Amino acid sequence: MAADTHPDVAVEFRNVSYRLDHGATLLHNLNLAVRRGERLVLLGRSGSGKTTTLKLVNRLLEPSSGQVLVEGRASTDWDPIQLRRRIGYAIQDVGLFPHFTVERNIGLVPALEGWPRQRIQDRARELLQLVGLEPHIASRHPRELSGGQRQRVGVARALAADPPILLMDEPFGALDALTRAELQREFLSLQQRLRKTTVFVTHDLREALLLGSRIALLEAGRLFATYTPEEFLRATEPLAAAYVSAFQTDKKPGGGS
Amino acid sequence: MSLWQFFSQNRAEVWQLTLEHLWMVGIAMAIAVIIGVPVGIWLTRRQVMEKPVLGIANVIQTIPSLALFGFLLPAPWIGARAERIAVLALVLYALLPVIRNTYVGIRGVDRAVVEAGRGMGMTGRQLLFQVELPLALSVIIAGVRVATVISVGLATIAAAIGAGGLGEFIFRGLAMVNNVVILAGAVPAAVLALLADFGLGLLEKRLRPA
Repeated sequence: MAADTHPDVAVEFRNVSYRLDHGATLLHNLNLAVRRGERLVLLGRSGSGKTTTLKLVNRLLEPSSGQVLVEGRASTDWDPIQLRRRIGYAIQDVGLFPHFTVERNIGLVPALEGWPRQRIQDRARELLQLVGLEPHIASRHPRELSGGQRQRVGVARALAADPPILLMDEPFGALDALTRAELQREFLSLQQRLRKTTVFVTHDLREALLLGSRIALLEAGRLFATYTPEEFLRATEPLAAAYVSAFQTDKKPGGGS
Repeated sequence: MSLWQFFSQNRAEVWQLTLEHLWMVGIAMAIAVIIGVPVGIWLTRRQVMEKPVLGIANVIQTIPSLALFGFLLPAPWIGARAERIAVLALVLYALLPVIRNTYVGIRGVDRAVVEAGRGMGMTGRQLLFQVELPLALSVIIAGVRVATVISVGLATIAAAIGAGGLGEFIFRGLAMVNNVVILAGAVPAAVLALLADFGLGLLEKRLRPA
């Protein structure tokens, strides 16, 4: 029960390591603080520990050593159910419930929290509008939606109970480039209005620069450094520079897909 | 005498044996579901138990039915009445498809869906009843369907130990060397199996998540 965190800190990792039962260490001694209202992007390639870091916040995983403090309280001291209902969660595969309508999907956490029906319904309509969807799709099932619509519903579901913290694991990763750019822009403007503390996982520097107010670069289970987007572009460390140069090669005409 | 004449002359007995047959199969299926579905769910939570439990259920399947009826004769309470032996044997044969399909159906639910549910703060019970079971239901029903069709056939053999059912006609016909009497048991049994297959097939299709 360490209550000595700064009140401006929403999530803090203190010497956190995560090991699998049979040896492999996925995360080495992570120290990182996520400030209230900031949009922290965890950037790294596959296997760098981004998703592991994210799942330690809502206690889908528990640290092998060290502590993850959420609002000043160790994740292991929280009741996991209470903790998760205060944290919005959106993932790349969306994970909408195929047997629920859009409205029931969005209203899932409010329903678990026992909100009255009318309030859940109103909230679902409000959120559909917020993420740029027509209210009439509320009665559809996920299979009747396009990929972009599904992701929007996924974001609406994560926001439903107005959680102070949002965790997003490559939520736009599976979309085509145009739809992705559209959702990224909308998400950014949404975030600037809602000002939620957000931890966002991506392997795409472009997305990190666009959406993050701060970028934490992870490599092989270790935090390499944190940067503001401007700092990242000017960074001289070889790892950060490699991301930037790959990013700039991508932009050159004729430079491949 | 034609089969049709036999039916019209023995209408009461045909009905009675058909009802006995349905009763045995129905009770056995109900018990198999009450035992098999929870066991299948439990296996998804204790995966080390999958191999031994499904192994035992598999071995039971390999016991010839006539032998199984015989083995159960000396069992206490059960052995006192032939219908009890018949129902128990049918339950034992039905367990494998019911347990296996429950296990496979729940394991087959999209990982992302379960992960999202957990991440949003659903309890294990909420996840099971609101997500896993509804999404696995059509697979579970498919197991019940296979088990029911097998049971309708196996239940005819229960007449050998005096449990009644449509097998009565079959064994009587064999003893009398009378094909019409054999058919009087075999045809209604086949119709029951087809109806059960069709009805449960419809249910399975309706419950299948898209």
